[in-house]
This record gives sequence, structure tokens and C-alpha cells, in this order.
Amino acid sequence: MQNNKVLITGIGIVSSLGEGLDAHWNALVENSEPKLDATRFAPYTVHPLGEVDWNLQIPKRSDQRQMETWQRLGTYAAGLALQNAGIKENEALCATMDMVVAAGGGERDLAVDTLILAEGRTSNDRGVMLNQKLSTELRPTLFLAQLSNLLAGNISIVHKVTGSSRTFMGEEASGISAIETAAARIRSGQSTHMLVGGSYNTEHFDMLLGHELGGYLKSDGWAPLWQRQGSAGGGLVTGSGGVFLVLESADHAAKRGAKAYAEIESITSGQIRRGRDDLSKTVRDMIETAANGDEAPFIVSGASGAHAPTAAEKAALDALPGAAVRGVTGLTGHLREAQFPLSVALAAIAVSKGEAFGPLGEGEMPRDKPVSAAIATTIGVTRGEGVARLTRV
Amino acid sequence: MTKYTDHLGRPIVAVTGIGIVSSLGQGKEDNWAALTAGRSGIHTITRFPTENLNTRIAGTVDFLGESTAGATPLSEKLAALAAEEAIAQSGLPMDDFGGSLFIAAPPVELDWKSRFALDRTTIEDGETSYELMLASCRRKPLPDFFNTTQFGYIAERIADTFGTRGLPITLSTACASGATAIQLGVEAIRRGESERVLSIGTDGSVSAESLIRFSLLSALSTQNDPAHKAAKPFSRDRDGFVMAEGAGALVMESLESAIARGAKILGFLQGCGEKADDFHRTRSKPDASPAIGAVRAALEDAGLTTGQIDYINAHGTSTPENDKMEYLALSTVFADRIGAIPTSSNKSMIGHTLTAAGAIEAAFSLLTIQTGTLPPTINYDNPDPAILLDVVPNVKREAKVSTVLSSSFGFGGQNTCLVMGAEPVL
Repeated sequence: MQNNKVLITGIGIVSSLGEGLDAHWNALVENSEPKLDATRFAPYTVHPLGEVDWNLQIPKRSDQRQMETWQRLGTYAAGLALQNAGIKENEALCATMDMVVAAGGGERDLAVDTLILAEGRTSNDRGVMLNQKLSTELRPTLFLAQLSNLLAGNISIVHKVTGSSRTFMGEEASGISAIETAAARIRSGQSTHMLVGGSYNTEHFDMLLGHELGGYLKSDGWAPLWQRQGSAGGGLVTGSGGVFLVLESADHAAKRGAKAYAEIESITSGQIRRGRDDLSKTVRDMIETAANGDEAPFIVSGASGAHAPTAAEKAALDALPGAAVRGVTGLTGHLREAQFPLSVALAAIAVSKGEAFGPLGEGEMPRDKPVSAAIATTIGVTRGEGVARLTRV
Repeated sequence: MTKYTDHLGRPIVAVTGIGIVSSLGQGKEDNWAALTAGRSGIHTITRFPTENLNTRIAGTVDFLGESTAGATPLSEKLAALAAEEAIAQSGLPMDDFGGSLFIAAPPVELDWKSRFALDRTTIEDGETSYELMLASCRRKPLPDFFNTTQFGYIAERIADTFGTRGLPITLSTACASGATAIQLGVEAIRRGESERVLSIGTDGSVSAESLIRFSLLSALSTQNDPAHKAAKPFSRDRDGFVMAEGAGALVMESLESAIARGAKILGFLQGCGEKADDFHRTRSKPDASPAIGAVRAALEDAGLTTGQIDYINAHGTSTPENDKMEYLALSTVFADRIGAIPTSSNKSMIGHTLTAAGAIEAAFSLLTIQTGTLPPTINYDNPDPAILLDVVPNVKREAKVSTVLSSSFGFGGQNTCLVMGAEPVL
């Protein structure tokens, strides 16, 4: 079996901070004020998407119309990543490119739902009413615009990535598994170049309900990431965004003269039983493995803000006194399926620049010395843990 | 000395456990008896009212306590039953499987029963709105409802029940999902990440809304009466697929590990191939090139030529489009030989089990190899004159089968093919 180096050669990001690498790096370096919307979904605050000109990556209006926002976001970010890697519109490379997408779904038709629920309050025969309303009110293609694997389907249609197409599901863990599997396939020679990432649109009541059924959303406004314990609600402040990476074997990248941001040296993932096992110890062990003996690692944390897992991760990070930690979701919001791709992308940019961005919150230590390696974390709100180690190429 | 690696030097992947649940019953034995007898599991829907619906039939699994509990509990139960049967057959410990889990599960949302119940908690607060439902959750979260909306939930429960290792992967490649779950398992064994894997495809998601969604895309058969005649792959009067439920599970191991523990080997996963389609969200490229690419990739991965395939377990959904495209793909790859390779569709009897289909049909493919019985394509009364396949019409046939190709094609340009055999390709 081969043992290829796995390189990140393309990054596409769109979030509340804007789009592209520079917009994100500058916001991190300047520790900008987060872009927030506290009114549209009050009492919840979200990190909303800014203005996006979808035409730039999804030229056909007919394609745009076939997608709900999360699919457009992902297709857009995938286009940015391909462009960034210099692969966009390279027919031969796209036709042999493998793809793993971390996807949610949903974004239901709220008007139809509300209509049916309202009728349901008085209807004598709810089942029959449901059939009648769904049959007449649902837009036929909405199903596809919500369906999990259709983000990948749209990327194939719009960007012609057709080597293979797989969609992983399962909230934050899907983003972790997607990158882990993509990297493993390249490392072993099962693939030479891959597109991997995900997207999440939080600006939708149905998507917020997905979190709030479990009581996970923070309901008293934004607060710094590490200072949400004891606040009203569950601590989570979500954001909209899409993040895709192009991964390549070192050989493949060298042959086409592609520049790499970072090497993915390792990814550690797991899923402990949260009610039974010690999450903090688990995270600490994973980070120590990733630190590989470095007593002063640079860590891009994807901590969500949700009370229990964030407290556990904080405790693990506090036990590493030399670590320079950056909790990035205070700026971007939590991106669920796209969160691990985001953590990895931001860590890769830091590694490629050879420098750390400054502390984003209280208790985060400055880091002046050059950065030659970085650790990216994402700990799921209810399940799934992942840590990546990136090194300078 | 036994050789443990295949023609490309990769660990050989052996199957040591098989589990099946479908509308035909629970377990391999009942399913195989019904399938080879040409019995249909498709029936009139009783789970929910069907007034106002054009399609009133499905292959739902109605015999479980969870059958009316909602898509998530039923999909979990189906997965658990299939996994239990597969692990029991493999002889591995039932609560300490010790390998990775790959599970294809339907992407489901909060079901209507729960939505109505949630709305009911807000009746005193005002007119129906998402704002009021969110406010209700703030006052009192609903963890059971929450769980049904989390795509990672079923995998966590299965992982916990059977003691699989690591972060389980939940996936969807639409109607190819079950095959993808198996492919991910094969790849993990070939990479040496896991000595054994549990790959499952499960789907218990037939509901009024899911049926209406497919119906609005004109994908479903509306020939409701008699229900058992509706699924007729490769027939001239086919008019859509029939939604169905079930689960298939395989325990796969590296040959070395299987032999070391003295496990009985049931067959081999020889090759997997895939190719994405960029033509349209629901339609295949007219020249079938992605499906052709997937079949060829699977043969190449297996190290076999077209002449070495004895039987094809077709995707055969019974939609006008799929069956035509599938024939174009198969006749292109196998050329003149295609009419001589028996090619049947399990979906004529079990319907289209969607997320589970690829896994259930892989399981049936392995039983075909083991027993030397080809399950028929039933309801083949009006052959489509443009599809010149030997579909094993209406009645099973005995034949020696060493190697099977099983194909899966899905919305979103998903094409995945598996090759299974009685012996490894050395």
C-alpha cells in the first residue's frame, strides 16, 4: 500500500466574514467584530451570510433556482476551492476528481408547514388533510433542493466534478469523517485528488428548530465563545457558511505544479458515549496525540459554544499551558457540517503563512514565534470528535 | 499457503455475515424463500391514510413494533435486526464487534406526528408559527424529537448496541447508498484500517410526505391494483418504482483475519466502481456514460473481464427511464454477450428499498452465489421490446454462479456497482 503525503492545495470559504482566504485571514488578524443578526430570528442571534453574487460560481440561473441556500452555499464554496487550486474548468482533472460532501438537509417550506399545522388544529381528519395539502402545496423540485446528496449532485452538475460522489451525514461528525476519509484515500493511493467540504445555512427557522428541539441555542444574544457558561439557553450561536478543500497527493500536486497550503499529517476521530465517558480527557488525549510532543501547539478550535462540550474542550485546552488556542466560532458562528472543514481551512492558512493570528478572546495566549504546524479541532454538540494535525510543506 | 492479497496486492475482502429484512419478512431464510418463489412484498398502504394520493401501495415493513413509530425508530430497528443476523452468522461477539461501522440511512426530518405535537404545545400562545414552536422548545426541550432529526443518531445507537469501533460513518448516495456503505467498508479493509467492518443499508422512511415528494417528481408507479403487479422492471408498461423498506447488512473481514479465527466464508467482495453524472438532478446522461463508467470501474477494480460475470443483479427500478438507461449501459459494456447473462431485478418483488437497496441486493447477490438459484424478475408479462435482457422471467432458475455484478443508480448522479464472487481474484 502507498503512503502518500496528503496536501491541501485549494481552499474555498464563504461565511459571515465574507468570501475567500484574505477576507477570513484579515478578520482573524484584526479580530474584527463578529457580523451578527440579532433581530430576524430573535431571541436567537446568528452570524448571517453577507451579500453573495451567486452568478460568480453558479453561472446558470436555472441551476441556482434548483437549490436551497445550503446547496448554493456549498456549490459556491466548492467553486471557490476549485478555482483556488487552479483546477476549475480543467475538464480532465474534474472528471477524475473524487468528492466527499458533508451534508445536512432540510430548509423546508415554512409557509406550507405553517398552513398544515394551522389546519391540523381544527381538522377532523388530519391524515387526509395532510395528503391533500402536501400534494397541492409542495413545490415538486423542493425535495431535491433539500435532499442531502443533492449538494454533491449540484457540484457535479455545475463544476463537472464526476470522478465519484459520496455524501456523509451526521452533523459535525460528517465533516470530520469526510476529511478523514478523503485524506485516507489519498494517503493509500485509492484517490489522487479530492474535493471535500460542506455547508450550512442557519438563516432558516426550520434549521434553528433542529438545534432548539434539544435546547442547544443561546437565547440572550452573542457573547465571547469561552464566556457563555451560565447564559440563557444552550450556548450555541450558529453561522451560515460553506467550506471546501482540494486535497491532493504530493506527487499529483507536484506534477501539475500546484502550491500547497499545508500537509494533513494526521486526523484522529472518535465517538465516545457522552453520558458515560470523559469527554475532556478524550479531547485532551486526541490533542496530545496531534501535538506530537510539541508543548506549545497552535490550536484552531472549532468549539461550538454549546455548554457541555465547550466546557470539556476548554478544560482539555487549559491543561496544555503552552498552547496558543484560537476559538474561531466566536467570529464565524458554528457551521455544523462545515465546522471541521472550517477549522482545518483556517489552520491551513495560518500554517501556509507561517504565522499565528492573534488571540480572539479572553484567556487565549499570544503567539509570536513562527507557526510550522497547527491543530484543528471540532467537537460535536452531541456526538463525534475530531482533531487534525497540519504541517508546513 | 493461502494468499491473502488480491490481484492488486490489496487485502482480500471476505464476507462472513449476511442479514436481511424486507417487506418479505425478517431474516435471510424467509426472504430467500419468498424471493425465489417469486412472491411480492408490495401491498396497499395501511400505515397512513391514502385518500387523495395517486400512489397507494408500497413495500412497507409492517410486522415490527416500530413500524408505526416513525422513520428514525423504524430505520434503526431494521438496521439492528439486519446487523444482529449478520453478526450472529459471522460468529463474532454480539456486543463487541470490534470493527468500523458504515451505515446508509435515510435523510429524515421531524415527522408530522411530532410537528403536530409540537404545535399543540403552543395552542394557548397564539396562531401556529415557527417562532412559537421555538419558544416552546426553549421552555421545554424535546430530546426524543431532537434525536429523530439528528442524522448521526441511528449510527450512534447501532455502534453502541454492537460495540463497533471509532467514529461511525452515516452516508447517503440516494438509491446507491447501500452499495456505497459496502464500498466504504471494502476500502477501509484494503487500507488496513480495520480487520472487519459492519456495512448496513437501512430505510424505514415510507410516510405520506416522502411518498408525496417522490410522487410529485412522477417517479412512482400508480398501478395500485393489484399491488403485487405494480413493480415490473423491464416491462413495456412499467410506470415507476414502488417505495419500500428494509435493511441489509454485511460483515466483511480481511481474508487473513477471517481464516485466523476460523470463520466460515460466504463469498468475496471483489470490486467496487463508481462514477458521478453531471447531466441532471434526476435524469441520467442520455448516452449512459456514467453508468457505463461505474460498471467498467467495478470490473477493473475486481480484476475481471466482462466474460467472467455470470449473473447481474440489476438496479431495475421499473421506472421508464432507469430500465432503459440501465439496458443501454449493460449492453454497451457486455456487448453481444448481454442477452446471455441472466439479469434480474429483486425490486419486482421487494420494491425499491431506496437507501437500503444496494445493501439488500448485495446480500441477495451473495445468496445467489451460495445457493445457485437465480431469483426471477416477476410481473414480466409484457416485455419491453427495446430491452433484450434475459430477466429470468417470472420463475427462478438454477444455475452455477461464481461472480455477480450488482448495480445501483440514484438521483443526484449517483452510480455505484459491486462485484461479488465465490472465490477471490488472486
